[in-house]
Amino acid sequence: MDSVRSDRNGGSSRIPTALKILIAGGFGAGKTTMVGSVSEIRPLQTEEILTGVDGADDLSGVEGKTTTTVTMDFGRITITDDLQLYLFGTPGQDRFWFLWDELSEGALGAVVLADTRRLADCFPSIDYFEQRGTPFVVAVNCFEPDQRFAIDAVSRALDLDPGVPVVLFDAREPMGARNVLIELVEYVARRQLAAAGSR
Amino acid sequence: MPADSPGGLHWLDQDAGPVVRPYAMTQGRVAPSGGEFDLVAFVVAVVPDGVSMPGLQPEHHAIVAAAWDPVSVVELASTLDLSIGVVRVLLGDLRSAGLISLYEPPAAAKPHDVDVLKAVVNGLRAL
Repeated sequence: MDSVRSDRNGGSSRIPTALKILIAGGFGAGKTTMVGSVSEIRPLQTEEILTGVDGADDLSGVEGKTTTTVTMDFGRITITDDLQLYLFGTPGQDRFWFLWDELSEGALGAVVLADTRRLADCFPSIDYFEQRGTPFVVAVNCFEPDQRFAIDAVSRALDLDPGVPVVLFDAREPMGARNVLIELVEYVARRQLAAAGSR
Repeated sequence: MPADSPGGLHWLDQDAGPVVRPYAMTQGRVAPSGGEFDLVAFVVAVVPDGVSMPGLQPEHHAIVAAAWDPVSVVELASTLDLSIGVVRVLLGDLRSAGLISLYEPPAAAKPHDVDVLKAVVNGLRAL
């Protein structure tokens, strides 16, 4: 946010800061819905060179290389002129883990969407963020009002570390998704303050 | 006829599938010259679109036009409907030609500033 541009004639424009938040979770957990409910959602294409992958996708585009096209959901929330929040709906399939590495590099944090009918689907995401040390919250998408589960039960079932927030919400409601993001950012701030205090 | 997108590059809709292999646009190059770009690095054109840029393709021009105001790499890819990998190679060309400035985000290892986090929370509450 400190960089000010002055190399062009006629004034300067400030360079904004962009923060990344990852929206992860199993297939059908509501990633696209969530990104779309709080931001203008747009598809983002990426081609990746696959090496050492058995020929599941034979998309030879470049000589002697195998590429695959991955489409992610991408949304932007403008906080101020200088501050933008980018949401990335991470591709769910295991073979796209390599994309996560780049996305989670320097990310503010992640939201792991959980569907209580298929809780196990979000285990890989949780393992991933725990291993990388990326702060995350678990958001339980409640499609039906009668599907309310005790937060403690979800927390235990997922074997979460103490302090990892679990939030119940409806991905279709803008306020629901917004509140999950607020929960995440506040959690990251708490962790940061605690880390600074213990130094 | 689908609506024109910026730069008028699109004359077929998505259903048509890829018309040109993505990396054909970069002559098969898959890595940008002069090093990688972060997804959230910001790009700013140093020159207005329309100045003579010999040897550059329409996609290069589209990037320069879109980057008059600071724009992130990921935003460029999405706006121009090009893959991130392709945008990076094209940005490498533009950087080598001295046509863009690049602003990398703060080091990934650096924790996020608590004041910034508070600003994000306030901004989200105001949505």
